[in-house]
Amino acid sequence: MNEQELKVQHKKEVQHRGETTKPEKYFIPAVDIYETEADVTVIAEMPGISATGVDVNLEDDVLTIRGRKEEEELPNARILLQEYETGSYQRRFTVAETIDQNNIKASMNNGMLKVVLPKAAPAKPRKIEVKVE
Amino acid sequence: MAIIRFGDWPEPRNPWAEFERLRQGLDRLSRGYFTREAPYGGATVFPALNVYEEQDAVTVKAELPGVDVKDLTISLEGDTLTIKGKREAKQEEEKLSYHRREIESGSFSRAVNLPIKVDPDKVTARLTNGILTITMEKAAEVRPRQVNVITE
Repeated sequence: MNEQELKVQHKKEVQHRGETTKPEKYFIPAVDIYETEADVTVIAEMPGISATGVDVNLEDDVLTIRGRKEEEELPNARILLQEYETGSYQRRFTVAETIDQNNIKASMNNGMLKVVLPKAAPAKPRKIEVKVE
Repeated sequence: MAIIRFGDWPEPRNPWAEFERLRQGLDRLSRGYFTREAPYGGATVFPALNVYEEQDAVTVKAELPGVDVKDLTISLEGDTLTIKGKREAKQEEEKLSYHRREIESGSFSRAVNLPIKVDPDKVTARLTNGILTITMEKAAEVRPRQVNVITE
């Protein structure tokens, strides 16, 4: 087991995004992306976002994950210490593999979004035998 | 020591340039000391915390995505609140290749001194959507008390 100490990763705001009418902040979530033979999995860190606030969209090979913050911070409270900001999350990826659009699965657990993108049949490795004539 | 002929100085030489450089250096130094370079306090100990004060409670919030409740230990000793835990990366699949790896796993321990006295028996902690919320009721002696004025 690795007993590495976790470090604070400061949130980065999304750049080059059109201005929003509401004064809300969009952050880039940290992600893990890994590929197996059958699918591509994206795991994104989106604390404070509930399953209903998540929006996953794949359009023209561009995967967009978005998490919208719903609940407000304590309204009548006085801030004594603020080390992190809260807001919504958004990130886009261009997916190189051909994805089976109908079988994309997304789940939210403990502030972690997991999106499983199964590869479409032609993208699965297929061995082509070369015949000697 | 290198010997430089008088004529070798770069032209034109400003005798105040060295003072200017020194001043800039000092400015840079003081900026680092008195203002926050990193946004939002620049906490270096995980997790970053937000602390709020309400009328009769103190709330500490921390973002702990992917941390299991069973891996989390919270203790209150005097005025010091300690949050300890670990985050484990768990991938069931065997043969996988990473494209990106930004989410770290490991252990953490953070202690914070509470600026207000709290009642150690009235502490609740919840973990929802990866956000830990610890609510501590203020101790009776620091709670605001309304004084009724009687007219005679």
